[in-house]
Amino acid sequence: MANSSRASARVEAQGRGDKSQGGLGAGDGRRAAPPLALADVPAEVLVGYYRQMKLVRAFELRASEMYTKAKIGGYCHLNLGEEATVVGLMAALRPTDYLFTTYREHGYALARGAPPGRVMAELFGKATGSSRGWGGSMHLFDASLRLMGGYGIVGGQIPPATGAALAIAYRSGPGPDSEAVMCLMGDGTTNIGAFHESLNLAALWRLPIVYVIVNNGLGMGTPVDQASAEPELYKRGCAYRMPGARVDGCDVLAVRQAAEAALSAARNDRQPSILEAVSYRLRGHSVVDPARYRPKEEAERLRSLDPVPAFRARLVQAGVMDEARAAQVDAEADEAVADAVRFAEDSPFPDPSQLFDHAYATAVPNAPSYLPGDPLPA
Amino acid sequence: MAEMTYRQALHDTLRAEMLRDEAVFLMGEEIGVFEGSYKITAGLLAEFGPRRVRDAPISEEGFVGAAVGAAMLGLRPVVEIMTLNFSLLAIDQIVNHAAKIHAMFGGQASVPLVVRTPGGGGQQLAATHSQNIEVYYAHMPGLKVVAPATPADAKGLLAAAVRDDDPVMVVENLALYNTRGEVPDGDYVAELGRAKVVKEGTDITVVSYSRGALVALEVAGRLEAEGISAEVVDLRSLRPLDRPTICASVRKTTRAVVLEDDWLSYGVGAEVAATIQEGAFGYLDAPVRRVAAAEVPLPYSKPLESAALPSAAALLKVAHETLDATGFPR
Ligand SMILES: Cc1ncc(C[n+]2csc(CCOP(=O)(O)OP(=O)(O)O)c2C)c(N)n1
Ligand SMILES: [Mg+2]
Repeated sequence: MANSSRASARVEAQGRGDKSQGGLGAGDGRRAAPPLALADVPAEVLVGYYRQMKLVRAFELRASEMYTKAKIGGYCHLNLGEEATVVGLMAALRPTDYLFTTYREHGYALARGAPPGRVMAELFGKATGSSRGWGGSMHLFDASLRLMGGYGIVGGQIPPATGAALAIAYRSGPGPDSEAVMCLMGDGTTNIGAFHESLNLAALWRLPIVYVIVNNGLGMGTPVDQASAEPELYKRGCAYRMPGARVDGCDVLAVRQAAEAALSAARNDRQPSILEAVSYRLRGHSVVDPARYRPKEEAERLRSLDPVPAFRARLVQAGVMDEARAAQVDAEADEAVADAVRFAEDSPFPDPSQLFDHAYATAVPNAPSYLPGDPLPA
Repeated sequence: MAEMTYRQALHDTLRAEMLRDEAVFLMGEEIGVFEGSYKITAGLLAEFGPRRVRDAPISEEGFVGAAVGAAMLGLRPVVEIMTLNFSLLAIDQIVNHAAKIHAMFGGQASVPLVVRTPGGGGQQLAATHSQNIEVYYAHMPGLKVVAPATPADAKGLLAAAVRDDDPVMVVENLALYNTRGEVPDGDYVAELGRAKVVKEGTDITVVSYSRGALVALEVAGRLEAEGISAEVVDLRSLRPLDRPTICASVRKTTRAVVLEDDWLSYGVGAEVAATIQEGAFGYLDAPVRRVAAAEVPLPYSKPLESAALPSAAALLKVAHETLDATGFPR
């Protein structure tokens, strides 16, 4: 498994072309900055990251419970184990940037600032949900946050994300204030054709985009090295001369720093790149998957890496927050999630009379709006 | 009004829409330097430059999907897919993404995308290059699908497609690019979603679209010479389908034949026939007949290809049979 080759250094990088000098975009002469230390980041910001990680953790555990109680339908994929990756990536994004993500995206919506109640309401299929009950767990959208969708077709988000970057480049030039796109995907997704077509387009057209591969070691039950002939996924852009970097996805600060570097190259140099976050999945592929294919020892080893308690301990140990503050943050997360569940419970379902409300953005004569069994217009 | 080819009407409309709206840009394989496989985009790279006329590599899924994303951010991409056959490489982006994004995200995003692409057999291009698979898209809620038959509609429907906020497939036809017709001057925008009675008649209705609509008109002329008054309905829009216009015509003529270049089973004609039997059953004097392509992968060799494709002769024969079945004097 690729996880066994987890990066010991925080960032490994491959530049454009042959010469790997370390550091993203090394071919452009950039050097990797020294790793961010706790001391480099204001205490409130650090506590904020922990707060978000804990919120994602608490939300996902509750979502799992609500799914088992049949409050949530369909598929339900959780970010459990990926919290440091989620929060680190979202910390690097600006409000003006665009995010395209996958079906495993509750955490990204929350860390991007979506109200937990609206996310939970979407999972419940309620009219107050992020996508008004039309999308469910896999299809969260929030235009105001430039959260451009969770996508349920593996890799389906990659071409549109690339096109969003094309729209940015169409409208304005590079520079520190440029908008950029972050496109998330899983490790297994790098084997889909659209990934390769899109990387080629982005590199050819120099688009402001970062392709983030969240390598949680598995695509459903398939380990990375049994799906990808190049299991060091950050290298998969080499055919497109696209630089790539690998970062420890359990280290929220390292993830943020690596994502900022990649976004900066996208903004300033229109240099698209790959960022691979080596993360892990605490549980099964989705709520219903008991993950029996995973050896017990491996599951235990991974649990010992759990980034949420690890970051909590790190902050307490460094004196960034004391135990009482940490306990308070934990309680607040649980409370926010309890509120979210209450909001979702209390919200109305969409009314069947609204079934054709979103059939088209531009009204058109003869649009079919008959229910099963209705007579056809004649 | 000016007389011009279908090709010229498409070209001039693309140019006019680009001049009208900075958000409109073209993307596709060989549309710039090569000026388009069928030269619809001739001269546009020279006039507008590579930002507005973007040559894309052979990556249908990639560039159609990129157009979906650019459209989500408010641009108005007009993508050319070399032929309808190759749209299958992009079908995930068209069907699972462009068609879904508006509804699936609760109306928060729209995809003002146009995909232009020619279908059509009869050019001896054999099985993979001759398909009429417009029903794949006409089946799909969230898409709008038009198939203009005339230069005037090529202009009006393409302009409407570009200005519409939904993904619109404009299904052109290889056999129509050189056909000529009168085209309204100035800013002419047709309405999506409407069929048109292109010839009035009282004895039999022929329903068709795209190239078939021209064949239907030709056959209606021959029937006229025999003293039979045929009405021709050009569907123009395959999604939405204008059921009331079809049914109104058949209520008047009491007989109907559908001419379609696609394959018969599950084709456009099946939908039209079902519409008629539900909406005009009591008026029908004869079963609705369909004239469609033989259900084989289209062969290369001319006699085989011709045998497989619906023709004016086949339509005339079926129209006669439909009239004879009801004792219509002729
Ligand atoms: C095109 C397509 N094929 C298959 C699936 C079913 N499927 C859903 S998730 C998944 C695994 C994806 O693995 P990975 O990219 O590693 O992402 P992860 O689930 O681990 O986050 C598969 C095969 C799908 N949704 N879409
Ligand atoms: Mg995975």
